[in-house]
Amino acid sequence: MAYSDKVIDHYDNPRNVGALDKKADDVGTGLVGAPECGDVMKLQIQVEGDKIVDAKFKTFGCGSAIASSSLATEWIKGKTIEEALSITNSEIVEELSLPPVKIHCSVLAEDAIKAAVADYKTKQG
Amino acid sequence: MKTPIYLDYQATTPVDARVLEVMLPYFTEHFGNAASRNHSFGWTAEEAVDTARDEVAKLIGANSKEIVFTSGSTEAINLALKGAVEMYGDSEHGKIKGRHIITSLVEHKAVLDTCKHLEKRGCEVTYLTPDKTGRVSVEQVAEAMREDTLLVALIWGNNEIGTINPIREIGALCHEKNVLLFVDGTQTVGKIPVDVYEDNVDLMCLSAHKLYGPKGAGALFVRRRKPRVRLVSQIDGGGHERGMRSGTLNVASIVGLGEACRVCRIDLDKDIAHATGLRNRLEARIRASLDEVHLNGNAEHLLPGCLNLSFAYVEGESLLMGINNELAVSSGSACTSASLEPSHVLRAMGVGDELAHSSIRFGIGRSTTEEEVDYAADRIIETVVRLRDLSPLYEMALEGIDLATVSWTGH
Repeated sequence: MAYSDKVIDHYDNPRNVGALDKKADDVGTGLVGAPECGDVMKLQIQVEGDKIVDAKFKTFGCGSAIASSSLATEWIKGKTIEEALSITNSEIVEELSLPPVKIHCSVLAEDAIKAAVADYKTKQG
Repeated sequence: MKTPIYLDYQATTPVDARVLEVMLPYFTEHFGNAASRNHSFGWTAEEAVDTARDEVAKLIGANSKEIVFTSGSTEAINLALKGAVEMYGDSEHGKIKGRHIITSLVEHKAVLDTCKHLEKRGCEVTYLTPDKTGRVSVEQVAEAMREDTLLVALIWGNNEIGTINPIREIGALCHEKNVLLFVDGTQTVGKIPVDVYEDNVDLMCLSAHKLYGPKGAGALFVRRRKPRVRLVSQIDGGGHERGMRSGTLNVASIVGLGEACRVCRIDLDKDIAHATGLRNRLEARIRASLDEVHLNGNAEHLLPGCLNLSFAYVEGESLLMGINNELAVSSGSACTSASLEPSHVLRAMGVGDELAHSSIRFGIGRSTTEEEVDYAADRIIETVVRLRDLSPLYEMALEGIDLATVSWTGH
């Protein structure tokens, strides 16, 4: 299977790998996917006001899944929550030139952003 | 050392230099048709085919009259299963009859799909679930047997996991019950000692390119005594191969198959020691540096050059992506297959989908070296460590979270 240069770049040099304190009030954590499906993404955001000041991820999955989540963290850092929520999976597909069989990886990345924001909002009450 | 390192010997093997040398004249100077009975070109070709037939027979303990040349294992499987059902399926006399087939869930697709086809033609098929090492027991076969069981079709050494089935015991049972035993010997012949009479086998396929011969040649062993097995041909024409498989013989490749079998017979002990030693070395080196590595297969009954491991918390395709430029191996991960389904073999063994996604199959062969194995182990270790750092599952496991209790959002 041939990967695009951008997927390979994110796989070789993933951005924002790591973990934020999931118990902290200003951190939202999204955990999406399932091990038996071969993809699990954990994406975390740290928020100040309505701005995402930091983002971290860890992903179990194929190269395209790793690249999709790495790209997602890169894109949402510095954005407002509303801006982050407007990111769609098709933008990720386009940026990484994902083939049709890998579109679910981009969907998962979009879901991970939404799940992280939802978790943050729940914490804020 | 040259990279990428080839560790996929279950998929195919290179043609041994000794084999190629013997084959070459049969493309050019000895190009005759083995069926040409009235001149020396034909005689030379026929003689070469006879020599090859003797060599195949010798390697597996058969008589040369029991060897039918085919294009490979897939064709031999089709001939054996469809040919037996057509010959005996509607028979009302004789001891061998019925339309019930017993096979297992860990067979190669060539057997499974042929069985599916036969189901559409009125056969009933029982698919045995192997134990968690991928092995079928003689007791399971005995339990599945019925009055109308025609044949048992089982793989000898498994292509994905290397587990070796107890064929001799199953064959003894089959003979006691007048049931035919077809064995898929594709990965096994030339790798461990095989004797179709001692092992109670009635029909067995083999393929040249799995034992250092050329692609496009193989054979079906068809037993001629106790019992004499008869098949209805699936390819009709000039009546070659005792009418069981028409079509001009692929002389050069058949010569290659014969020579490959001769080399396997002579080198068998050496090959087994070499492959077993390197497999154990590879596994030990990986385990010395990584925890949570699971063997898929049966440690006591394993083909010498086969090692199938699952690296927990790491997805197989991403692992392959990390090593692809340097190692040629296979994965049971869904993402590497066209179907997006994880390996049917690992599933049938009850390996969880999560570990199935994490599996890598290593195949060690005649020309694999210690240096290559060490290098491969180090690349695997390096990549697994890196991907585990990236894995939310590994992080959760380290935190003591039981992954089975997490409510996942499957997609």
